Amino acid sequence: MSRHTLSVLVENKPGVLTRVAGLFARRAFNIHSLAVGPTEHEEISRITVVVDVEEHPLEQVTKQLNKLIHVIKIVELEPESSVHRELLLVKVRADAATRSGVLEVVEMFRARIVDVVPDSVVIEATGPAAKLDALLTALEPYGVREIVQSGTLAIGRGARSITDRAFDRTARSA
Amino acid sequence: MTGTPTPAQIAARAEARDQVRTELRSRGVGGKTEPEAAAPRVGPEEVTGAQSIVRSLEEVGVEVVFGIPGGAILPTYDPLMDSAKLRHILVRHEQGGGHAASGYAHATGKVGVTMATSGPGATNLVTPIADAHMDSIPLVAITGQVAAAAIGTDAFQEADIVGITLPITKHNFLVTDPADIPRTIAEAFHIASTGRPGPVLVDIAKSAMQSRTTFSWPQEMQLPGYHPVTKPHSKQIREAAKLLATAKRPVLYVGGGIIRSGAADLLRKLVDLSGAPVVTTLMARGAVPDSHPQHLGMPGMHGTVPAVAALQKADLVFALGARFDDRVTGKLSSFAPLATIIHADIDPAEIGKNREADVPIVGDLREVIGDLLPELAGEHEAHGKPDIEGWWRQLDEWRRTYPRGYTEPEDGHLSPQHVIQRLGELTGPDGIYVAGVGQHQMWAAQFISYERPNSWINSGGLGTMGYSVPAAMGAKVGMPDRTVWAVDGDGCFQMTNQELATCTINDIPIKVAVINNSSLGMVRQWQTLFYESRYSNTDLHTGHGTMRVPDFVKLADAYGCEGIRVERASEVDAAIKRANEVDDRPVVVDFTVSRDAMVWPMVAAGVSNDDIQYARGISPAWERED
Repeated sequence: MSRHTLSVLVENKPGVLTRVAGLFARRAFNIHSLAVGPTEHEEISRITVVVDVEEHPLEQVTKQLNKLIHVIKIVELEPESSVHRELLLVKVRADAATRSGVLEVVEMFRARIVDVVPDSVVIEATGPAAKLDALLTALEPYGVREIVQSGTLAIGRGARSITDRAFDRTARSA
Repeated sequence: MTGTPTPAQIAARAEARDQVRTELRSRGVGGKTEPEAAAPRVGPEEVTGAQSIVRSLEEVGVEVVFGIPGGAILPTYDPLMDSAKLRHILVRHEQGGGHAASGYAHATGKVGVTMATSGPGATNLVTPIADAHMDSIPLVAITGQVAAAAIGTDAFQEADIVGITLPITKHNFLVTDPADIPRTIAEAFHIASTGRPGPVLVDIAKSAMQSRTTFSWPQEMQLPGYHPVTKPHSKQIREAAKLLATAKRPVLYVGGGIIRSGAADLLRKLVDLSGAPVVTTLMARGAVPDSHPQHLGMPGMHGTVPAVAALQKADLVFALGARFDDRVTGKLSSFAPLATIIHADIDPAEIGKNREADVPIVGDLREVIGDLLPELAGEHEAHGKPDIEGWWRQLDEWRRTYPRGYTEPEDGHLSPQHVIQRLGELTGPDGIYVAGVGQHQMWAAQFISYERPNSWINSGGLGTMGYSVPAAMGAKVGMPDRTVWAVDGDGCFQMTNQELATCTINDIPIKVAVINNSSLGMVRQWQTLFYESRYSNTDLHTGHGTMRVPDFVKLADAYGCEGIRVERASEVDAAIKRANEVDDRPVVVDFTVSRDAMVWPMVAAGVSNDDIQYARGISPAWERED
């Protein structure tokens, strides 16, 4: 198994996420993470899917995704030529005795405190998955009370935009 | 990276973005395109949503709709009554309507249309939609949905049919705004009939049918993500031609895609030019005439020994519109182990799905073969025709040793193979034969000679029992001048025979041959072979001297059909001839056949095709022939 990140440009229509997620389930592919949101074009949404699959089934799932009418373009983002980020919000026990220790960890990971009450704090951090895992390990001794984490967002390095690539393709087939 | 952009750079980027946006809109993304230029040919007219549905179906060229009204679709049935262009055939069950639309599409190549109400009406369409999805049949299902404001409230007869049919449609739509009706219907027909054909469902809220809107035609479609590739890559075509011109043991493995693409005439040229043997799958029977000397018959679980063996020993398998289905390949890892694979299909996802292709070709088979023929002729000119005489000697020996055949039953009942063979011989290749699913289906695929595409209609992928009668009805509506035989089993027939009422009332004189072995025959065969002849729940009591529940002849009579019972071999021909003469009402012939007859040859599920049995306990000895 290897991990792959797919950026899927889709029409911004109701039910499109169900179609994409349903296809993964139907063809027995495990989604590791999924994030969806708007793009620079209001008509287009972008789904970032991280899957654990071998090369051959990945090709098959990409072809199946391409058959969905609302899917406009699929690009695999290789780790070396793209930036990957996740967002983490974590609620950690922090009273007068332990708060300075927690703050030190926050400082080290360039995370931020976004909420404080007498016995706990909420920390916001972004980064690649490995960094967030390390942060959580470091916070563990203080008592992690709640975690919420986004799916991976990924964008290619360099000047070219994925939408340009989408239109290269449509221009060819037109 | 390079510091603050200059105002000129910012302006340039904004301009670039505007260009992309303009292009996006011209490609239909976002639905904000103003229909510029070409004025509509029809309209704009002030209509209701319901009228807009009927007008759209008329404009898109629909001639026949198979359906049943109900609450949520009622507004549409009112203007439908006045349409001079649409013939609506009132079926007795939505499943019958769906299969009828599919039989119509199968026989004519046009898009079949079915209509149903919300909730149970729509869910009854699930089986025919799934069936059409598996067999790539162009089908459009129009369903009523509860009023837009009631969606999601568990309203009376509400079902999320768009959600339910998501995995079994090529695409589906929910329409709540009446203004979207004509465009959506245009898109639905376009999607259903282009690329790899398939079913499309359009679910329309009752409130949209009842609202005022405008109708105009033609419509600008907004499908920015839909671009079926039809033109094959020339490099792959050249590669395929080279391989085909040099292979020592080639086989053309022909699937249903040849029929869907209307490429049977071109395929015939390829068969003749290449000199290669050809096999036609269950979905492709008739794509090459059975009388053609290079035709080895059907491959797969119940294929001919020569067809199965040819694939197993081939050094080149050229798949044309076939999908390496498990019923063809047997145990996948041992299928055609020596062969280089050329795989041509319109659906890129089929290529490499089950068997890796050495030469993948994505394209419409008409274009693929059209491009291939001159390339192959060029190869022959440059290097001479390949020497495949040794291969043909081998194939002919298999054909001599393992011809099509069957053993006569010993219980005094009719031989089902004999009945079906005579049906084909007396009716001829101009007839259309529509099967259900089971033993009778396999015998109909084996023992009737098909000489033209679209003369054999069956449920291949989904294996839908009960397909035959409604699909035959649809085929007869589409091809009224042809004799249409439903070749059905007694199990299948009891699932959908209510459509005989539709046939009688609407003057659709189909003929039904019930191959009545008073049991679920194929299941019984597996019980005989794999479950120590323990016949758990396979006796249907429709004949064989016990009970006749129901009595199919009386049932035929009750439905206004002619009913004929045949119990002796001497009566078979006369009954078929009589049935072929009747043209003013449907005919049901109840052939009481032996329940011990089995379908041979057979490759048991999950085993290698090398282990094919010609008849029970008789396996070809391959080593001897190598």
